[in-house]
Amino acid sequence: MSMFLSLKDAVARFVRSGDRVALEGFTHLIPFAAGHEIIRQRLTDLTLIRMTPDLLYDQMIGSGCAKKLIFSWGGNPGVGSLHRLREAVEKQWPAPLEIEEHSHSAMAHAYAAGAAGMPAAFFRGYRGSDLAKVNPNIRFITCPFTGESLAAVPALRPDVGIVHAQQADRDGNVRVSGIVGVQKEVVLASARVIVTVEEVVDRVADGGSNAVVLPSWTIDAIAVVPGGARPSYAHGYYQRDNAFYVAWDAISRDRDAFRQWIDTHVHGVAAEVR
Amino acid sequence: MSTTTNDVTYTATEMMTVAAARALTNDDVCFVGIGLPSAACNLARLTHAPRLKLLYESGTLETKPQVLPLSIGDGELCETALTTVSVPEMFQYWLQGERITIGFLGGAQVDRFGNLNSTVIGDYAAPKVRLPGSGGATEIATGCQRIYIVMRHNPRAFVERLSFQTSLGHGPTGRERRALSVHTEGPALLVTDLCVMKPDAETNEFCVVSIHPGVTREQVVAATGWPVRFAAAVTVTPAPNTAELEALRDLNARTAKAHGSSSGAADL
Repeated sequence: MSMFLSLKDAVARFVRSGDRVALEGFTHLIPFAAGHEIIRQRLTDLTLIRMTPDLLYDQMIGSGCAKKLIFSWGGNPGVGSLHRLREAVEKQWPAPLEIEEHSHSAMAHAYAAGAAGMPAAFFRGYRGSDLAKVNPNIRFITCPFTGESLAAVPALRPDVGIVHAQQADRDGNVRVSGIVGVQKEVVLASARVIVTVEEVVDRVADGGSNAVVLPSWTIDAIAVVPGGARPSYAHGYYQRDNAFYVAWDAISRDRDAFRQWIDTHVHGVAAEVR
Repeated sequence: MSTTTNDVTYTATEMMTVAAARALTNDDVCFVGIGLPSAACNLARLTHAPRLKLLYESGTLETKPQVLPLSIGDGELCETALTTVSVPEMFQYWLQGERITIGFLGGAQVDRFGNLNSTVIGDYAAPKVRLPGSGGATEIATGCQRIYIVMRHNPRAFVERLSFQTSLGHGPTGRERRALSVHTEGPALLVTDLCVMKPDAETNEFCVVSIHPGVTREQVVAATGWPVRFAAAVTVTPAPNTAELEALRDLNARTAKAHGSSSGAADL
């Protein structure tokens, strides 16, 4: 059953160094505030799981939080490279980074398998791709009914799943709308779950709007963090800060500029202030 | 670089985007990659193919953005969509379910058989350049009925041998799709800033079928990392018309205004 905690307390209580952690949000609702709190609490040796590492994992990798990354697209969307990710892979800075690389389809299926309590996901994928040659977690099985060769990947079962959402009600139920990505799947697939929300409302019933509603008993902690997805966005609350995504390219190219940015904008601010 | 044809002046990128857009029809359901494909697909929708259905991997179905998205999941895509589904549903029911006619892709490297690399340049374990990776591309390449590719034409991108085959085209010898039991058609069109290429009916090797106005065969040869072949009858690509250019420039202007300094049409 979910409980309301400060973001600082939620991270301190539910995230440990060495955990397999998934902070999800498909471009939309990326839990930046929670990721910054993980940086502030100087957690290390994390296996970071995310389809699109985005600026958030660039910041966490550059800050030395990660030992491994499981991902499927590691760029700055529409802008170019994630320079901290690239430097970790190409130059082992600030530390070597083990990578387990997939396609989006594989990660999406693997989260769904995790949510369903299955050991693995089976799908029509990876045909003719070299990814199967470099990732031993990509295998093929034969369909027992049709004989078709299908790709298999292990289910994603993170120790901790963290997402941002628009609303929670006072009972701790959570509502997500807009591009819902894999929010439901990562919450249901993870052993421990933290959700940051824009606001608390009286009632989050979906009202027939096809929103994703996550019952309180699927969540451990909720932290109210208005703006907690910035510079990504929260549908109905604020827009994606595309100018910051563009600006990040220059900040992240240079180690000193990057460190200075993290010192000022992450270490220099408290968890609930954004 | 700009070219003037019949008093209309346009850049090589504009020619490429217009030529790519023309390939799409009102009957297509198109899975759109970000960057150059996104510009071409939306130009088609805003000009000759208003009923073209665009899907992005963020789960947005039949989206009609007024500005080009910077990311695959900009709010604009969701707000203008017929409906938005979850990402697992997008890949399971819509892509794997083979409901999509065209996958429009780009990449860092392409070879003569339309195989694509968006993963690494150099060795995978110690890459010279770490690229973003597959994203949706690997399964788009096999799950859509047909693949169109749009890429800037230069010897670093058009290579004899890929560093890494992220997404299957016709395979390293041009004949691997059947061997892998992939029954979709694969790459059928490759549009660049110099020319338009299509696969040879026998060998599946991409050959030049039309050259953009003002471009020479020698330029195409010099920009291609394999001994490029030309179709028996090579034509001149029709230059962009005024309506196409106006629609594209309006789209780019709206996009630049919306995103600040970026056009939304970066290569990645």
